Amino acid sequence: MSEHEHHPRGEHSHAEHAHAEHSHHEQPRDAKALELRVRALEQQLTDKGYIDPAALDVVIDAYQTKIGPRNGARVVARAWCDAEFRRWLLSDATAAIASLGFTGRQGEHMVAVENTAQVHNLVVCTLCSCYPWAVLGLPPTWYKSAPYRARAVKDPRGVLREFGVELPETTQIRIWDSTAEIRYLVLPQRPAGTEYLSELALASLITRDSMIGTGLVGRATSATGATGAAGSAP
Amino acid sequence: MSYHSNADLGGQTVRGRIVPEPEGELFHAPWEPRVMALVVAMGPTGMSNIDMNRAARETLPNYRDLSYYEIWLAALEKLALEKGVLSDAPPAPKLVLRANRVAPVISKGSPCSRSPAGPARYALGDRVRTIAAKPAHHTRLPAYARGKVGTVERIHGAHVFPDTNAQGLGESPQWLYTVAFEEKELWGAQEPKQHSSISVDAFEPYLEPA
Repeated sequence: MSEHEHHPRGEHSHAEHAHAEHSHHEQPRDAKALELRVRALEQQLTDKGYIDPAALDVVIDAYQTKIGPRNGARVVARAWCDAEFRRWLLSDATAAIASLGFTGRQGEHMVAVENTAQVHNLVVCTLCSCYPWAVLGLPPTWYKSAPYRARAVKDPRGVLREFGVELPETTQIRIWDSTAEIRYLVLPQRPAGTEYLSELALASLITRDSMIGTGLVGRATSATGATGAAGSAP
Repeated sequence: MSYHSNADLGGQTVRGRIVPEPEGELFHAPWEPRVMALVVAMGPTGMSNIDMNRAARETLPNYRDLSYYEIWLAALEKLALEKGVLSDAPPAPKLVLRANRVAPVISKGSPCSRSPAGPARYALGDRVRTIAAKPAHHTRLPAYARGKVGTVERIHGAHVFPDTNAQGLGESPQWLYTVAFEEKELWGAQEPKQHSSISVDAFEPYLEPA
């Protein structure tokens, strides 16, 4: 493959291996060198009048504390509780999501796709790492990794199995490759036995992966789903 | 001049597991958030547009050996040099992002929808064939979906055309469609059957009537 023409013969598998390991931990081999490179670039761009370092701190804080998958979870929980909102979300996701205050960068053109007993939706960007930042925040490492981007379109059931998700053979899998500026949010199925939960309690069950399509929303347990499966929410 | 994207991965044989990650795990080295923020902050300066950024990233010769934030860093360094930003007489930035403008700039975003130059050529349900040619520039039709027959499922209005925008040739807005394919059309009769269909978002110049 032309992708690998630059690898000297024999180093190919090593490079792929390094990449796979690396995508996992993203612990670069030369952390110090990278640190210095980034610092140098930031300094140069600041000196040339392009960057205000104080703004960088605010950007980082925004994606660490305000813009993350808890936004998307609120959208989904609202759709589960409010039939009118659900209809709006499915017909004009950008406007419906904006009504909850989530707008802007990498969420300018939103489409929501609904999982049903018949259809399971899965979102990928095979060409880069397009992801609905406004509702899900920064993409996880695996979403940007070569194995996910390569396999999601061709072997979705194998990919889902890697996330511990096994779907009935009769379920149609619908894969959305985000090749333009449309950003997709999966509206997962509401689990049975959650009829009496509040919107807020429902939101805590909804995982990031369920809104990409690589996970399902589990039934509420005493430990409450999202904390275990989803880690610390911003 | 030949152009090759190292980022067009759909359907390729790639080794390595997919490793799930907890929600709160955003960065894996202290420099990564800095690179993310630099990329966000360089947007308003007008140094480059999103399609130029993608072209710069996908043509990195060592793309496949880099982590995603390393890709962003290398492309940012490359563009800053190419666009003269690091020269002795850098062009004036269109806007410098200040701390108090971060929230409004993020929540405004950069919509890509534009007024169409003419009526849409295709309607919902139309059968279309994607072009087979591999253009000699940045494009957003993945290789696995070239020369394939699918169905128009959604129409999104006219959007900035990445193929021209990436080359600095203007936005030349084009109608954008979601085109869905059966798995057999893309991959042949693969076993085990996935029972799946796959869509791409395709600009009108990528399509011909089937």
